[in-house]
This record gives sequence, C-alpha cells and structure tokens, in this order.
Amino acid sequence: MNNNIKDTNTDFEVRSLDAMCVNDEQVNIPAWHNLKYLIFGLFFGIVLIKAEVVSWYRIQEMFRLQSFHMFGVIGSAVAVGALSVFLIKKFKIKTINGEAIILPEKTFNKGQIYGGLLFGFGWAMTGACPGPLFAQLGYGATAIAVTILAAIAGTWIYGKFREQLPH
Amino acid sequence: MTFIELIKQPWPWYVAGPIIGLMVPALLIFGNKTFGISSSLRHVCAACMPAKIPFFQYDWKKEMWNLFFVLGVFLGGIVTVIYFKNDQAIVVNPSLVNELSGYGLTEINGLVPEQLFSWESLGTARGLIMMVFGGFLVGFGTRYAGGCTSGHAIMGLSNLQLPSLIATISFMVGGFIMANLILPYILSL
Repeated sequence: MNNNIKDTNTDFEVRSLDAMCVNDEQVNIPAWHNLKYLIFGLFFGIVLIKAEVVSWYRIQEMFRLQSFHMFGVIGSAVAVGALSVFLIKKFKIKTINGEAIILPEKTFNKGQIYGGLLFGFGWAMTGACPGPLFAQLGYGATAIAVTILAAIAGTWIYGKFREQLPH
Repeated sequence: MTFIELIKQPWPWYVAGPIIGLMVPALLIFGNKTFGISSSLRHVCAACMPAKIPFFQYDWKKEMWNLFFVLGVFLGGIVTVIYFKNDQAIVVNPSLVNELSGYGLTEINGLVPEQLFSWESLGTARGLIMMVFGGFLVGFGTRYAGGCTSGHAIMGLSNLQLPSLIATISFMVGGFIMANLILPYILSL
C-alpha cells in the first residue's frame, strides 16, 4: 500500500478527491447557498459550548473516567446519527435538491491507528478537537489562535511527509 | 426560570448529544455533505500554501462549505459568550480539581484554564507545549487518521464504518495515555 500512497485516498472527508465517488451536487448551486452551512456551524458551535464539550476540564474528566458527560454526549450523538443514517438508507431519502444521498465507504489503513493515537494525545492536551478550537476562539480564548495555527501547521507537515509515513 | 435563563445553564448530555447527532442527517439532506470538521484545516493548507505538495493539489473551492461551517462554529462561540454565557463557575470533579491544584492550576474557570492557555503562558514551557505541540498533534493526527471526532466518531460510526471504529478507539487510547501517563510530567514543568 505504501508504494502508491500518493494516489490512495485515505481521507474520505474530501469527496472531490475520490474518483470513485464524485459526489458534488450535480445541480448548479450558487455560492451564497454555502451560507446554510454557516448557520449549521453557528448552531453547532452554540451546542458545543453549552454542552461544555469544548471544555478542557470535561475532556480531562473523560480521559480519567471521572465523569459520564462526554461519553453520554458522544454515545447519544452516535445513536441518533446511526438511526438517521439507517432511516435515510431504508427509505432512500433524497436531498432537498432531489439527489440520492451518497455515503462513502471507508477502507482501513494503518494511519487510522497511528494518526488516531497522535490525535488522541493532542485532544487530551488541548482539550479540543478541531471543531471546538474554533468555538473556543469565538468564545474569547484568543490565544487558541496559536493552537489553530499549530494544527494547520500539523496538517501541512502531514501532507508534506505523507508518502514517507506508514499507511 | 425564563427560557433564556434555562439556555444559559450547561446543557445535559441527553440534550446536547442528540442535537449533535442530528447534524449528520441535516448536512446529508441539505447538501449531501458528510459531517467532518478537521478537513477544514486541509482546505486552509490547500488554499493558502499548497507548495506543490500532492496532498494539497485539489480544488478546495469545491469544499468551501466546510470553511463556512467552521466560520459558523467560530461565530457560535461569539454568540454564546454575548447572549448565553453561563454566569456560574463550571462544576468540575473534585479529584480533578485536587490533581490540578497539585500543578498550581488553581483557577478553575472558563472553557480552558487560563494558566495554561493564554498569551502569557506561551512564554512558559508547559504552556508552549500544550498550545503549540498539542495543536500540532491535533492537526497532524486528524489528517493522518483521515478524520476527527466528528468525521470518524460521529459520522463514521453512524454509518457503521469499521475503520472509523478503529480510529475512534485509537483516539480514546491516545487520550487515556496522554491524560494519565504523560500530562502529569508536562504539567509539572
């Protein structure tokens, strides 16, 4: 797998890369429609903060098994998400533009373990995954801008050395 | 208690979790998008400094929705601090409070301890490690794993993807190792 890692998709979040699943909305949609994602993000940010999911203390409690809160949040989110995906598949629910909903099938690579462990380290240090970093910054923790820049740098370094890393 | 007062309280997990879970069908139905936030960091790289690196050679404008989403999360933080801020101090497990005070972290308030995450603490060894190295690991690790808590743990598990389960277990194992075995040394610096 290492030989052709350059051409292997390991990142199923970026759909425009995946030749097997070119999953752009086929209908030509004006750019201002992206504003709906801004609204979703705004709502998501409020929920993250009010549920204290972006709290460094809650993350520390989670990793010390001192509180059920985070496990409850993630567990119930997955339960609702899984039920939704099940219903979407079962009833072949379409998007508001009438397109079939496509869900990418992921394939295993060792990056999910190595990268996963490294992200776990970072999560326990910063008390934040990527979404919460932006919420913390908005909430007024301005120094988190440094952490976000470091995360962007980490992403860049990964991209730079990707072909040398075991996948 | 008025509605606004109720909203200002910390939300219990059984309210917040299901709402977060509903982001999955919302994004799918409103735009055929799979929930995932860490990709936004990749799009920033692709947009600002692709540097001929193959991993950043793609049409990031097609993934613009992701950047709108994180901008929204940022604005959500601003809206919350202005309108829905909880005036009470955060309630933290006493044994954690006790442990943190052993490292001199006595001010338990806000989302993050200011004694660790602030412009001043960037000048301290542990502040620098926590903010810069921690942030680096978040960006490096999520992209190496191909997703973060939203992309793997929530979206991937909702779609019953085994690779996402493996990634999520790795996140948790990494977090447990860092919080219990390594962090005590960093916080003692």
